[in-house]
Amino acid sequence: MAFNILNHSAVPKHEILSDEEIEEIFADVDFDLNQLPKIKVNDPVSKAIGAKEGQVLKITRKSETAGIFVTFRLVSGENNQK
Amino acid sequence: MKGIIKKIDQINFGLMSPEQIREMSVVKIERPDTYDEDGYPIESGLMDSRLGVIDPSLKCRTCGEKGGECQGHFGMIELARPVIHVGFGDDIHKILRSTCSECGRVLLDEDEIEEYTEKMQELHEMGESVEELVKEVYKKCKDRKTSGKILCPHCGAEQEDIKIVKPIDIIEVRKRYDEEGNIIMDENGEPETDDYDLTASEVREKLQRIPDGDAYVLGVNPEVARPEWMVLTVLPVPPVTVRPSITLDTGERSEDDLTHKLVDILRINQRLIENMDAGAPQLIVEDLWKLLQYHVTTYFDNEASGVPPARHRSGRPLKTLAQRLKGKEGRFRSNLSGKRVNFSARTVISPDPNISINEVGVPEMIAKEVTVPTYVNEWNIDDLKVAVLNGPDVHPGANYVKKLINNKEMKVRVLDTNKEVVAENLEYGDIVMRHLKDGDIVLFNRQPSLHRMSMMAHEVRVLPYKTFRLNLCVCPPYNADFDGDEMNMHVFQTDESRAEAKSLMRVQEHILSPRFGGPIIGAIHDHISGAYLLTRDGFTVPEDDAFQMIRKSHLLNNPYVDKKHLKRKNRDWTGKELFSLLLPDDLNMQYTAEICRKCDVCLHEECENDAYVVIKDGQLIYGSIDEAAYGSFSGKILDTIVKEYGPSRAKEFLDRSTDLAICGIMKTGITTSTNDEEIPEEAIERIGEHLDNAEANVDKLIDIYEDGLLDPLPGRSVEETLEMRIVQILGEARDKAGEIAEGYLIMGKESDDSYDHAMAVENHSVVMARTGARASMLNLAQITACVGQQSVRGGRITRGYLNRPLPHFRKHELGARAKGFVHSSYKKGLDPVEFFFHAMGGREGLVDTAIRTAQSGYMQRRLVNALEDLNVRPDGLVADNKNQVIQRVFGEEGIDPAKSDFGKVANLDKLISEMRVKGE
Repeated sequence: MAFNILNHSAVPKHEILSDEEIEEIFADVDFDLNQLPKIKVNDPVSKAIGAKEGQVLKITRKSETAGIFVTFRLVSGENNQK
Repeated sequence: MKGIIKKIDQINFGLMSPEQIREMSVVKIERPDTYDEDGYPIESGLMDSRLGVIDPSLKCRTCGEKGGECQGHFGMIELARPVIHVGFGDDIHKILRSTCSECGRVLLDEDEIEEYTEKMQELHEMGESVEELVKEVYKKCKDRKTSGKILCPHCGAEQEDIKIVKPIDIIEVRKRYDEEGNIIMDENGEPETDDYDLTASEVREKLQRIPDGDAYVLGVNPEVARPEWMVLTVLPVPPVTVRPSITLDTGERSEDDLTHKLVDILRINQRLIENMDAGAPQLIVEDLWKLLQYHVTTYFDNEASGVPPARHRSGRPLKTLAQRLKGKEGRFRSNLSGKRVNFSARTVISPDPNISINEVGVPEMIAKEVTVPTYVNEWNIDDLKVAVLNGPDVHPGANYVKKLINNKEMKVRVLDTNKEVVAENLEYGDIVMRHLKDGDIVLFNRQPSLHRMSMMAHEVRVLPYKTFRLNLCVCPPYNADFDGDEMNMHVFQTDESRAEAKSLMRVQEHILSPRFGGPIIGAIHDHISGAYLLTRDGFTVPEDDAFQMIRKSHLLNNPYVDKKHLKRKNRDWTGKELFSLLLPDDLNMQYTAEICRKCDVCLHEECENDAYVVIKDGQLIYGSIDEAAYGSFSGKILDTIVKEYGPSRAKEFLDRSTDLAICGIMKTGITTSTNDEEIPEEAIERIGEHLDNAEANVDKLIDIYEDGLLDPLPGRSVEETLEMRIVQILGEARDKAGEIAEGYLIMGKESDDSYDHAMAVENHSVVMARTGARASMLNLAQITACVGQQSVRGGRITRGYLNRPLPHFRKHELGARAKGFVHSSYKKGLDPVEFFFHAMGGREGLVDTAIRTAQSGYMQRRLVNALEDLNVRPDGLVADNKNQVIQRVFGEEGIDPAKSDFGKVANLDKLISEMRVKGE
């Protein structure tokens, strides 16, 4: 039986952003998407939600300081370190 | 070379080819000598004057510059036989293991080579690391080579494995063949092998066979390096400026370690050449060759594993090239990342409560040595003339004057003989290096510089004597005390730096710590007890004395103090009224003081201990001032003042409260002795009884355990349960003993009538402990009642002799005394056994602190190295130096902890209580 890691309490919510959402969220930031923190395509969570290289994940997690914090990660390929 | 300024466009890392080494060399070194009898450098010796000169009286034979101007030129040594460079032993091994033993091609087929080349070129263009990919190639080739079954895909040759014996011995594992050329197998079906030591020449030949294209796939870019360059045939000789010889006082010359090593290399090299020329037996030549390899190896790295370090005649290991660069004392950490600087001073620190927290007392001696460059202009020329006329030895003087003559900067030293002339010629635009004087901004620092408050900007106060003076409130951020601590001072040399420091680094800007969002600069020790003695209930001073205190505290004509508060009252002043002068007029707050006894029912304003503080419209109405009011780390009033009224107001509050607290403490006086820890006989008896009781309980528990009747706690063994119960009982016993003692340790009595035991009317030890000035009630309890359980490794003391800590006890004894419980108080004195247990616990404490500082120091270094490049942008974005986003909002909530309320955005309870006080 496969275990669904997304249900684990230590795994925060990951969502794949649509192009429109990306445009909306990153409309007025002064960095481009490549500067975002990365997550590997073969990261267990990426695989579980079926993310593809180049997509942006929205991660909503609990934060000790802010309560709930939303961050974004760019899905990157195998060879890309960082 | 001199005077040419070039802009660095790019830096390439590669290997030096023998041709490059020969090309840059100005002289071929052949003689293992330095100087002749007359002290002149020997031609083509190691100190040949073509390598550059150090002595300013000599001229370099290559560039013609004097010593000091000439930066030196490289020479070379032609090695009689090639040797392996220590730094590349591993790389050579990896490359040889990945290439064919016969033809030198990579053990990949043509398609694979093409594929990897393309991938690497791509990464190269992207400016990314090829490391991972190269590793993959090595892995693939190694697997093929060691499997022993695969032939070279290019020439079809059988492959021999290559081993390395660190750091430089390359060994070929050759298979044995019979007469027909078949591999001989042993019983296990494995081929029989012989180890063969490859000579450096053979290694070089093998490396030479690798084509450029194959080398590229192995991570050697043929544009900047060739694999065979990792085997040296010619050795560069660094210029003499790199290895200067030192002349000792006795006139003896002592050569640099590198020169010694080069002499060794040259000697063996010459002998090797002679022997080879004379046709000496192979064995002798090989021995010399190995010796040459050893010397060249240690010349590069004298700490290579597996190579005995070369030693000086005295037995000290030589410091060769790698040692010069490596580690804390190496070139990088000691000379490039950290440098010794001018315009700095260091001396012992001592306290001075009469100067502001923003100030630092600088000894006149230092003020005359470190200078401030000042441009002469219309407004300061008269002052600067006076300074120059004062000369270098009278305080507000000057040491140098810089003038622009014919567009060339001339530096004139101000001397007693020429000061009049220099002052006369002073004109606008000149720069006077004048002495440090009152009001100058300097940087003040105490190591270890663990946080930003370890370096703060202070205003100079030139004072007599020889120590730096600082206000006591700045001790906590520097973590300084006066038991011999020294601190450093740096003088700013430009107006920009001064302005920047003044707005960002001034002490008053650092009252709030970003570590916990509260004040880190604040009252300590006597400052706190002084304020308590002044503001507690019942303290009054005659009006005349009150005015004197106001005058002494600089509250007269103080812009922050309204005149209306200073009118005559025609009655005695209370301490609270005096302290209220320091507070802003619209300050409203309410909190519980440090002296609060945490009664079950809080009486608020009617508090018996005067621990309920109410400040209404800047008037201290109820409560006394103690650590919770303005102590460092916890001061609530101070915290409110900085946050609501700004750092300037807070600085004034601290300065003036220092003055007032001193007045307060001088009015009452403060003194302490062991009499303060005196309690009546009856109390001592009660404590003794209590402890005996506890011990009896422990024994009872042990009996239960020994009868096997003890129920273990969930998840614990019986032994663990027993231990926990005993520790608990003894802990409670100590607490109870302390409680009994505390009942008698009270700050003071209202009148002599209640003087009912051997206690003074006022107990200053308790005052200090209760107000948070110094020590704690626990300390006092240990002095008066019972020291309590000693611990090693977080538990009762168990180790020492076999199955018992000391031979005074039976084996496996579990009682209180047998495991380090100290019944005695410090005042009564410990018996020998207790004393020994106490020493054991004390030792562990000392060792722990020593280890902790070392560990946390290293941790801090690693953290700083990891985080130093991060920056926070105005919109809260945290990015690194490659512009990669680390955090989208700083701290995930975007709060500057220094401006927060003890880590939180706002404290609503505080705001509400403030409003309630105001509304009343």
